[in-house]
Amino acid sequence: MEQADLKPGDVVKRHRLSTRLWHWTNALTLLVMLMSGLMIFNAHGRLYWGQYGANDDKAWLIIDDAGDTGFVELAGVRVETTGVLGIWTNEEGEVKRRAFPYWLTIPSGYDLQAARRWHFTFAWILAIALTLYMLRSLWNGHVRNDLHIRKWEWSPSHIWHDIKEHARLRFPTGAAARDYNILQKFAYISVIFVLLPLIIFTGLTMSPAMNAAWPWLLDLFGGRQSARSIHFLCAFGLVAFFFVHMAMVILAGPVNEVRSMITGKYRLPGKAEPAPAPEVASMEGETA
Amino acid sequence: MSGSNILLPRRRFLTGAALGGSGLLLSGCDALTEDPGFRSLLRTGEALNKGAHRLIMDRGALAREFSESDMSPVFKANGSISGGTPEYAAHVADKFVRWSLRIDGMVKNPQNFDLKTLMAMPSREQITRHDCVEGWSAIGKWRGTPLRLLLQAAGLSTRARYIVFHCADQWGPGVPYYESIDLIDAFHPQTILAWSMNDGILPVKHGAPLRLRVERQLGYKQAKYVMRVEATDDLSKFYGGKGGYWEDAHDYDWYAGI
Repeated sequence: MEQADLKPGDVVKRHRLSTRLWHWTNALTLLVMLMSGLMIFNAHGRLYWGQYGANDDKAWLIIDDAGDTGFVELAGVRVETTGVLGIWTNEEGEVKRRAFPYWLTIPSGYDLQAARRWHFTFAWILAIALTLYMLRSLWNGHVRNDLHIRKWEWSPSHIWHDIKEHARLRFPTGAAARDYNILQKFAYISVIFVLLPLIIFTGLTMSPAMNAAWPWLLDLFGGRQSARSIHFLCAFGLVAFFFVHMAMVILAGPVNEVRSMITGKYRLPGKAEPAPAPEVASMEGETA
Repeated sequence: MSGSNILLPRRRFLTGAALGGSGLLLSGCDALTEDPGFRSLLRTGEALNKGAHRLIMDRGALAREFSESDMSPVFKANGSISGGTPEYAAHVADKFVRWSLRIDGMVKNPQNFDLKTLMAMPSREQITRHDCVEGWSAIGKWRGTPLRLLLQAAGLSTRARYIVFHCADQWGPGVPYYESIDLIDAFHPQTILAWSMNDGILPVKHGAPLRLRVERQLGYKQAKYVMRVEATDDLSKFYGGKGGYWEDAHDYDWYAGI
């Protein structure tokens, strides 16, 4: 079907099988990685810059408790977080002095080794799936056709226009909705080519054996503790992406959006022109 | 179902679904964590990691060595901060002059090395990073006797597969600390039994008189208060059978390269 012929209400093929498979694999894997990662963080709720860092060294982020108050201290500024971070009550009503609460961690109770097992097993799934998806997306044109930012899209006025449209919750309709807009491209490129590779390589940098195998990792990230900090920041970058992603899916029509990520078929948004149903069905056949 | 339930506001529905979903996920994950089958599935990760590390890493690949300016101002003392036996206390009292390291097990000539002899042997100095499984790191300077020299002096049997380190610190009645490594790490140039730390005699809180340094693995492998080194072909014969105190008590990975 020609782009020009597309109109709101048309059902088009939007997501390839590789994208759909990878999307749901990631949804599960990243959730497990995040929650088991927060449990690992609970073993030492401080982050540092540089090669070393322990309790006597200067931390840029501390999640801890002091007496009966839990707090987060970021660059020296302390915010009280009693009940949620630093000190909280578990399901059995016991007071726990750990950074992240039980409802955010895998396992829900403090168990460093179990959390490490979850984390390091799912890390394989994350890394292998990302590698395969990158290769597949280069091969099948997903990168070239869908993610590639065209020259005209780089114009500041175009980007500014898209930001304003998003802020007003006015999303593309009709044929324009089939392609990723510039903000979507930024978001997806950041996740696929920046955040996920960074989080994998900073994860590897925390391994003493990997430091011996690939010493350049330490030079690249400026030390094991810097790598641990970047790893944590990437995780929160992915969490931020998740919340924006959820908001966009809900605002853009959750049923249509979720269906398109399951079946691949997407109904172009906007006011549908009255068209006889059979015609739509036959057009759908052509696009498939 | 009543009409009001159907007309549940979307936000409340979503919040409920998210909380319910997260609760299900949590209890599901906890149940999986306890499930022996799933635990062994997760454990394959350990074998995979060790295999991958050994595949891409040269056997003799060195851990990063730092300069003096990189050293931690304070090196955190973790785990035991003293040996737990009366014998150990007596050795501390007379500054380890009557102490000696026993090397036995699958060796041709079991023998004892006193501290003076160890210090007179060729030694290696290295400024390396100590990584705790909890996530923190400290950089310190170590000097000690390469383990391979001691194993060679004792005539390690060709049937030996692992080296077990018996320690003086106690983690309960009749539960001494111990650790073990394979021969790749035992013969690694940076694997030393350190008797000096940061240019001084190894302090008690850091494992006097001898502490193992296996620089490509995590902190719980760096056994303190080493009293005896035993060569073996089978780790299942020792204590809980998993090759180390934390491995037995808390199911830690025996391979601690990650």
